[in-house]
Formats: sequence, C-alpha cells, structure tokens
Amino acid sequence: MSLNILRFVMPSSQGEISLSDLKKGQSGRVIAIDADDPVNQRLMIMGLLPDMQVTLVKIAPLGDPIAVQFEGRVVSLRRAEASRVRLEPLSA
Amino acid sequence: MSTVTASPPKTLHVALIGNPNTGKTSIFNVLTGLRQRVGNYPGVTVEKKVGTIFLPEGPGYLVDLPGTYSLAASSLDERVVVDVLSGHTPGVARPDVIICVVDATNLQRNLFLASQVADLGIPMVIAVNLWDAAIKSGLKIDLEELSERLGVPVLPTVGRRGTGVELLGKAVAEAFEEKRCMVKLAWPREINAAVEDIRKTIGEHAEVPLTDVEIRRMIFDADSAVLRRLDASGIGVRAAIDRARESIRKLGMNPMAAEALLHYRHLEKVLAGVITAPEQIATGATESIDRLLLHRGWGLVAFLSMMYFVFQSVYTWAGPFMDLIDAAKGWVQDLVAPMFDSMPMLQSLVTDGLIEGVGAFVIFLPQILILFFFIALLEDTGYMARAAFLMDKLLSWCGLNGKSFVPMLSSYACAIPGILATRTIEDNKTRLATILVAPFMSCSARLPVYILMIGAFIEPRYGPWVAGFTLFVMHFVGLAVAIPVAWVVTRFVLKTKGKPFVMEMPPYRVPRLRDVIWRMWSGAQEFIVRAGTIILAITVIVWALLYFPRPESVAEETAAAFIAEQSLEQNSTVQAVIDELEDPESELSAELGRQIDSAYLNQSYMGRAGKALQPIFAPAGFDWKITVGVLASFPAREVIISTLGVIYALGGDVDEESGDLRTALANAEWHHGPLAGTPVFTIPVALAIMVFFALCSQCGATMAVIVKEAGWKWAVASFFLMTSLAWIGAVLVYQIGTALG
Repeated sequence: MSLNILRFVMPSSQGEISLSDLKKGQSGRVIAIDADDPVNQRLMIMGLLPDMQVTLVKIAPLGDPIAVQFEGRVVSLRRAEASRVRLEPLSA
Repeated sequence: MSTVTASPPKTLHVALIGNPNTGKTSIFNVLTGLRQRVGNYPGVTVEKKVGTIFLPEGPGYLVDLPGTYSLAASSLDERVVVDVLSGHTPGVARPDVIICVVDATNLQRNLFLASQVADLGIPMVIAVNLWDAAIKSGLKIDLEELSERLGVPVLPTVGRRGTGVELLGKAVAEAFEEKRCMVKLAWPREINAAVEDIRKTIGEHAEVPLTDVEIRRMIFDADSAVLRRLDASGIGVRAAIDRARESIRKLGMNPMAAEALLHYRHLEKVLAGVITAPEQIATGATESIDRLLLHRGWGLVAFLSMMYFVFQSVYTWAGPFMDLIDAAKGWVQDLVAPMFDSMPMLQSLVTDGLIEGVGAFVIFLPQILILFFFIALLEDTGYMARAAFLMDKLLSWCGLNGKSFVPMLSSYACAIPGILATRTIEDNKTRLATILVAPFMSCSARLPVYILMIGAFIEPRYGPWVAGFTLFVMHFVGLAVAIPVAWVVTRFVLKTKGKPFVMEMPPYRVPRLRDVIWRMWSGAQEFIVRAGTIILAITVIVWALLYFPRPESVAEETAAAFIAEQSLEQNSTVQAVIDELEDPESELSAELGRQIDSAYLNQSYMGRAGKALQPIFAPAGFDWKITVGVLASFPAREVIISTLGVIYALGGDVDEESGDLRTALANAEWHHGPLAGTPVFTIPVALAIMVFFALCSQCGATMAVIVKEAGWKWAVASFFLMTSLAWIGAVLVYQIGTALG
C-alpha cells in the first residue's frame, strides 16, 4: 500500500479527471454526476453516487470497455460512457 | 390478525421482481416447479413467465417479471415491469403481493428497486437471496430488525438449493392479509406539491387517473412512457413538468438525480446498524477467476477455446440426432405412404407436405437444446457478461455490442438457435440488429450447396487445395456482407450510435442443473409451438406449388415419348418395352418414374414460375432449372439438391456427394439463346450460385423465428434485404467472373 502511494502521489486537489482516465487499479472519488446524461442516471441507479469511491479494476484486451468497482458491484462500461463521469483522483 | 370471512379465498396474483443476477429465476422455478408457462407480453418481445404458487389458502398466480435495477422505464424490460405493477398490462392483473428478491451480499443497492416499488403501496415480501454467500463472506444481517424497519416479512433464501423458498408462500399470505407494505420514502414537500400541480394540469383528461408514482416517473425520467402516452392523446403537461423540475433544482438537486439520491439517502437511514460488514472482506473466488478469464492474453485464449467448444458441440453433437430425426421421418413416410396408395394426391400431401413439414422443424431441436444448454451455463455462471466484456470492442464499431457475439457465432451452426439466443441481449435495438445479421452467417445447411458446386466444378479443375480454400472463403462471405449491413442499419435505421452498454459483472456462481434443463426445455417448447406452425404452413404451400397442376396427360405423354425412344434405342418392339415396364421393379420403370416426376415438376406452378422468372436471374447466369431450384429452396436451402435431382430426372434421393448429379450438372447445356450449346455451369455460374445461397434468405424456419422474436416487419425486411443482396452478389460474381474469363 505505502509503496503504491509513493508511486502515485496525487493530491486530491489536483483537479478533475474522468472515470476513463483512471489507470488500472486506481481509484477516484465521484465529484458530481451530471444526471441529465442517461448513462450517468443508470450508474446512479446502480449505486454510483456523488462522493463515492470508484476503482478501475479491469480493462478489456482491446482497451475498451473497462470494468469499475463501487460498493461491491463490478460494472462494465465503454470508455465513451466512462468519460462522462467526473472524478477527483485518489492515490492508487 | 386476519379476520375469518365466510367468502371463499380470492386467488392471489403475486409478482416476482428483483435486480438481474439475484437468482430470481431459481426462486421462480422452485416456487412453481413445472407449473409454469412462457409467453410474450402483448406487443413486445419481453418474455412473460407465469406459474402457479402454492399459498396456505390454495394456489395463486405467480408472474416472474424481467430483472431490472429500477422502474425508470428506459428499457423495454423496465417498461414491462412498470406496466404490470401499475395494472396497465392487458391480461395480467395488478399484483396483490410482490415478492422482491434481493442479493444478500449487496443489500442496499438491491433494495433501491424495492424502495421504488414500495411507493406503489402493494404488500411486499422480501426474499434475501444468496444468503449462503453473504454468510460465507462474513456479512451479518439482522433480519428481524430489517423486517421491523421495512415493515414487511423478510426471509433468508438460497434459491439454488431451494432453502427457505418454501416459507415464501406463507409470508405472501401474511403480507396480503395484514396489508404489510414496505416503508415508503417521505418525499420532500416540494415534490408532493409538484405532483399535485401536474395532476391538476391533467385534470379529467386522463382516461385512467394517474397514480402519484406514475406522475413522479414523468418528473424523474428523461424519456417517460407515461408522458409519451399523454403527449399522444394531446394532453400538454410538459410545462407543469418543467415547473416541477425547477422546484427540485431549487432544493439543490438535479431533477434527474433526485430520485436516486433520495432513495439511497432513505435506505441508508433505514439500514443503519442492520448490516455488519466484516473488517476485511475476503478476496472472493470471483476475483481470482477473473484474473485468468479477463486476462489480456489468457482471457482471450480461454474465451476462444470455450466458444470453439460450444460451436463444435452444436455443430457435431447435434449431427447424429439430426440424422436420427431424418431417418425417423423417412421411416414414418414409408410407413404412412402405403395407407394412401389409392389416393396419390393425399399420399403426396401427407408424406411430402405434412410429414416433411413437421420434420423440417423437429430437425432443429437437437441444435436448439444443445445451444440453450451452453447459454444457460454461460449465463448462470456469470461468464456471459465476461464474454460480452471481452468482445464488445470488436462489435461496437458496427453498432452491435459484446452480447451479439454468442448469437452470431451460434448462427454459424444454425441461425435458429442463434436468433433465439439474442434474448440474452437486453437492449432491444441491438437485439434487432443482431437478429438481422445472424442469418447471414454461413449455417450448416449451406454446406451441401458449397460441396456440390465445389465438388462438381472447382475441384476437378483446380484441385483439392483451391477447393478447400473456396469452401473456407465461402464461410466468410455472409459475415463480410453482414458487417456493413449492421453498420448501416444501426446508424441510419435503428440509430443505436452512442447507445450505452452498461452491464453488471456478477460474481461467478455454480449454476443449478434444474434451471439449465428448464431453460433448454422451454426454449425448445416455444420454438415448436410458435415457429413450428409457420414452418409447416410454408412447407405445405411449397409442396402444393411443386405438385399442382397435375393433369394425367403429362404422365401419359412422357410415357409415350419414353417408350418410343426406348424401342428405338434398344432396337426392340414397342410391346417389348411395355412388357418390361410392366415390372415395377425394373430399371426401366424406375427411369420412367423419374422422367415423369421431372415432367410434372417442369409444368408445375413452381416450374412455370422458374421459367417466367428466369430473366431476373439471367444476369447471374442461371438457367430456368437453377431458377426453379432457387425458388423451391426458399423454405429450406438444402432442398436445392433434391430439387435439382428431380429436375435432372435423377430422383429426389440424390445428395451433394452424388456423382450422377455432378455429371448431370457438368453436362447441362443451354438450349436456346445466344449461349445455346455451351455448358450452363461455368466456374462463374458455380461461384454465383454459391454466393447466392450464402446470402439469400432461404429458410422458412428462420423467417418463422424472426416473426416470433422481432415481428413481421423485421421478418419481411430481413427477407428482402438478404434476397436482394444475394441477387446483387450473384450478378456481380457472374459478370466479373465472366469478364475476367
């Protein structure tokens, strides 16, 4: 754990990234979800809410889609969709 | 407690709801056993499953609603759930009690749906399923406290083993009698006021007064079915809805997010202290398995080997059973035929029409059963979501998604199980696109045509290597055409571009054998009942077109000409030939029989149509005999072999390996026109025929299944699309091939 922190020192104030920008194994905290977007609405219904921590757990062999984990659920979505979820990056 | 009443107990209507992957189907199967029926909801292709549940007061109806995450009605499945629960589905009563199945390992997320449904004010029972998995992972859930706080009976169940399921019936009766509804979310004042505002706007316009829940759906859903219904009947409520959304914004919430936020906030309060999570959640088996199965390299290897195994099984295991069915069909035909010896027309109708037609759909059962076995395994273990994850990129650019892969691959064995397998695709438009694409895959019924053409024309001239290569290439012709078709259709007709593909990857689970078997059985049963009749009808119609008209004079003239020809050839008297024909076992009378069959076919409606339509196929180099073969093959493409056999007076029993047929084709010449005297079957013609059969919609059974799964419109569209592409393909191949020499 501590080694990882040394490798990815990312202060939480560093700014916004998208869910698609996460590296494998990296986590982020959901800033606010633009719920006018149907994909985001679907994700919220599945339990991805503001302030929640989400981790990118798998990347498909062809680079897309990705699988993310939040609150015990693993959900796969395409990068195009993931790029619409804004995050505050957390250390890996 | 309930009061004892004198009136007989009412038959209760119970609905089973829950998120996908919660083991809801297992619970349904345990509750109903074999007392269940599968059908469709009116107007949509969502599977409707109803069965009988035993309650203390007697049997009740149980309907298994599609698995959904919410009532947001953004998919067909969700819309069906909303409609049934609101009592808006014709033929399905509004449920008296709801059994909500939740996943014990993810209680809060799963209770979101229950919390939405609580709003409807229908008594509820909560089945906390996968209880064993929760205990194993160290979760502690205080069920008594949970039941107390939610206000409804809460039962732990293990659907896969049936544990606890037997208590659901009693709980349902109790919930009904005591009107035990789940605790409702207290909506903020502003939202309640907005609901009233909208109700006033609608006024007395609505035929059925809308419930609060339906009105809230209009506020929260970007694309609401209720709103569209009102729009359609000219009731303008959009302004009131905008006012409602504005007041939610004033509360500091995005109106589209408000529902999720409020429900989850509510649940957090309700569940506080009920669940004790272990300090350290053990890395489950799922994670370790995924490390291999979703690995960049090994994951693909595992996936391809698995798919190869499934495909090989459908392709090869079904073979002996199909041969057996074919043999049984022949046996029944031989058995039945003598009963109608005095009535040749009826004999032909029964053997060549009816029995042939029944055989034509029963023959698909082995493949359907085997494929459904694997699909049930792939889905129930949780691997299907992984397969879709691995393959999505490959298919997304042409508008399909990862879930289209298995149906497309299985269509290489046979499009019928392939199309039935599209039921695993949740998104309806993607499903329709996959149904359109599936019949282009080179199914096993195309193989005889390829083998006949390659064996007769390619191999003798270019040798086995080129022959094998041609066969290989033929298997990709359909796919190569289907991909641009999918791209165009999804982009311009279905407009699925940008359609999200958000899918949960459930933990791996051991499937329940009985669920797997039930899936195979219900798939096969539905195919027989729904598609069987259409296939039978098509077969009988084509039989009639090949049989009629049937004037006796045709047989007499053919016989007279045959006798004259034979006596000339054998240098014997006419009487000697007639004497020889007296013996029905003789070679000569068999030959005459084949010539009469051929003569009848030539002047049948189908034969006439072939001659009349030949000009259409002339640009592809087809003569009228090939045209008849093509036309007669619309119910089933493999029929071309036996039709050509009859046309060339070899009898209908020839097969693609038959040397006689190959020789007859090779010797066929044009009798009229500019090509008179040259062979009909040149290499470009043989290739054009193969391309035509690769692309053409020549399968009544496939059509019947498309009608059932997607409706008449799609079946007609598929037919004309495939058939016109086949014609274009054949013409291009012939013209280019001939030009190149």
